[in-house]
Amino acid sequence: MALPKYTEPHYRIWHYIYLTICAAVFFFLIAPLFVIFPLSFNAEEFLSFSDGMKRLDPDAFSLRWYKDMIYGTKNPWGLAAKNSFIIAIFATIGSVILGTVAALGLSSRHMPYKGLIMAVLISPMIVPLIISGVAIFFFMAKAGLAATHTGIVLAHIILGTPFVVITVTATLSGFDHSVTRAAASLGSDPVNTFMKITLPLILPGVISGGLFAFVTSFDEVVVVLFLAGLENTTIPIQMWTGLREQLSPTILAVATCLIILSTLILVTAELLRRRSERLRGINR
Amino acid sequence: MSSETNQILTTDGIPLEVSLKKAERKNKIKAFLLVAPLLFFLIITYVFPIGDMLFRSVDDKMVTQMLPKTFKAMENWDGQELPEEEVFAAFHEDFIKLVEDKREGKLSTQLNYTKNGFKSIIKKLRRKSKSFEEGNYKEQIMSVHKRWADVEYWRAIKRRAPEFTSQKYLKGIDMYKNQEGKIVSVSEDRRIHRVLWLRTLEIAFFVTVFCFLMAYPIAHLLATLPMKYSNLLMICVLLPFWTSLLVRTASWMILLQQQGIVNDFFVGIGLVADDNRPEMMYNKTGSYVAMTQILLPFMVLPLYSVMKTISPSLMRAGKSLGGTPFVAFWKVYFPLTIPGIGAGCLLVFILAIGYYITPALVGGASGTLISNQIAFHMKSTLDWSFASAMGLMLLSGVLVIYWLYNKIVGIDNIKLG
Repeated sequence: MALPKYTEPHYRIWHYIYLTICAAVFFFLIAPLFVIFPLSFNAEEFLSFSDGMKRLDPDAFSLRWYKDMIYGTKNPWGLAAKNSFIIAIFATIGSVILGTVAALGLSSRHMPYKGLIMAVLISPMIVPLIISGVAIFFFMAKAGLAATHTGIVLAHIILGTPFVVITVTATLSGFDHSVTRAAASLGSDPVNTFMKITLPLILPGVISGGLFAFVTSFDEVVVVLFLAGLENTTIPIQMWTGLREQLSPTILAVATCLIILSTLILVTAELLRRRSERLRGINR
Repeated sequence: MSSETNQILTTDGIPLEVSLKKAERKNKIKAFLLVAPLLFFLIITYVFPIGDMLFRSVDDKMVTQMLPKTFKAMENWDGQELPEEEVFAAFHEDFIKLVEDKREGKLSTQLNYTKNGFKSIIKKLRRKSKSFEEGNYKEQIMSVHKRWADVEYWRAIKRRAPEFTSQKYLKGIDMYKNQEGKIVSVSEDRRIHRVLWLRTLEIAFFVTVFCFLMAYPIAHLLATLPMKYSNLLMICVLLPFWTSLLVRTASWMILLQQQGIVNDFFVGIGLVADDNRPEMMYNKTGSYVAMTQILLPFMVLPLYSVMKTISPSLMRAGKSLGGTPFVAFWKVYFPLTIPGIGAGCLLVFILAIGYYITPALVGGASGTLISNQIAFHMKSTLDWSFASAMGLMLLSGVLVIYWLYNKIVGIDNIKLG
């Protein structure tokens, strides 16, 4: 943002102050994430930069915490990672199916009580997680599903569907319904029309909703804390226990892996969003 | 002219209006059937359980069912002096039955909620009751422990007679019903919950304010910069947004610890002495800093999406009409961003008021919120009805804000990313 030549000095000064403030805020947002990265390669057992690291001495860096994460004898990370992925994948599939179908109904202009129903469907996103946790725990305990994978998957479907509903409804808002009518007039039944016409067009929205649902499940700890038994431990639960008891550098190694995973998800989500906007002809 | 000629008929001979209505209804049902699976799933697994919480929070049948005869005998007792033999006999009968079913422990837990000190005297009573002789139970029970001869404890038992109670809600705001049935506050040194409610509101409020102050400039920068730069900067907002909450909290724990980088920096620039490093974690400061950074993206994104739609020519028009840049900003630009401000502030406030993980990890004792108290009662004291009551009090607050959000922004206008 170059300033025009005729800008008066005090506005010029203000402009630079403004840019400095912005830079500081961006630094505040992003810098904490980059602290974890170098510290996870620390050769020592401390969570601060050793003198060797400050001198960039190669001996001060090591992969020992990554080794500990993978091969450590009493490390629960393997089981936790397996559980996390299984739960997140099934929760995502469930959320995407239920959420997409519901979004199709919601964006029909014939939908009765739209506002009220939308409010109910979105509520798991708005209600504080601790309350959702208590309520879902009561239900799962009664249904005999506490401390089972099924129970946790169902809980995460509850928490994940609002994101799918929101993203798919947003995609459908720019959807040209005449194409489905055209398909119907050409003799296609509704299911076929959905699979061949609607779904490919709204796919970016569905996938990005799915990514939200995946991340919600993968990162969810409050509800799982109520529901999980020892066998159902997940990565967030292990991190939570680790952070409460003692911060070991192994947690930083796990955290680094999680940051890499979230970067991948971010890139995918961004690419999808742009593609979706291009498909729907929204110019930015 | 007859009405028939006015009516337009379809080819089947049905009036068009009727036929249209029929088609409309069919479409309505179709749309509803699509929503139905998710709606019913949520109602069964989510909405009903929240209703169940409401029931649990006022339900007090447990003690009523454990001491049926006692409460019946107590009906005529005015609560002024120690009850008559009849009450003691009934209590003894109920108690023997509870001991047979091994449920006297539950009774002592329940009564202990009402008045401290029941646990030990019930244990003692169980031991002694085995050698009780028939008749004159009043004397025998009173001889077990002096508290059994204290009318206060019998009043405490009587307070548990009704099947429903508002006691948990009163406890949530540090009040209780005294012997005369008046609602009064607990003594000053035991008012822990009010402090927590106020602190929750205070932290949520200031986190919202900090987020707003930090998000406004960067959202503005993102919305006005050319695409290729703003896309790059947007990553700085979106990467934390997509990163695990626990990872972000962990990084703050590393930064804020006493030997951490922030403290090193302060020592380095000479702001604090090396041997006098301030405690920045396990207190309110920790909660403020970490929650602000974690919730900041939720403020930036709604502001950005509103600012993106404001044409830059409006500011130019304002300036060309004689306003200084500041006046043009304040009179033209700022009012246009108010919907975004409302959306962002409400969203951040709602999220902050129910925060649990981050305060539990970096908040210490002085930085924890009401959610932490709810979790504490769910997991440690196992007083689930109290946890439910506090949860619902928090929920009703959130629902009011949610309703406002719906009025101002509209639920279907929530944007993600």
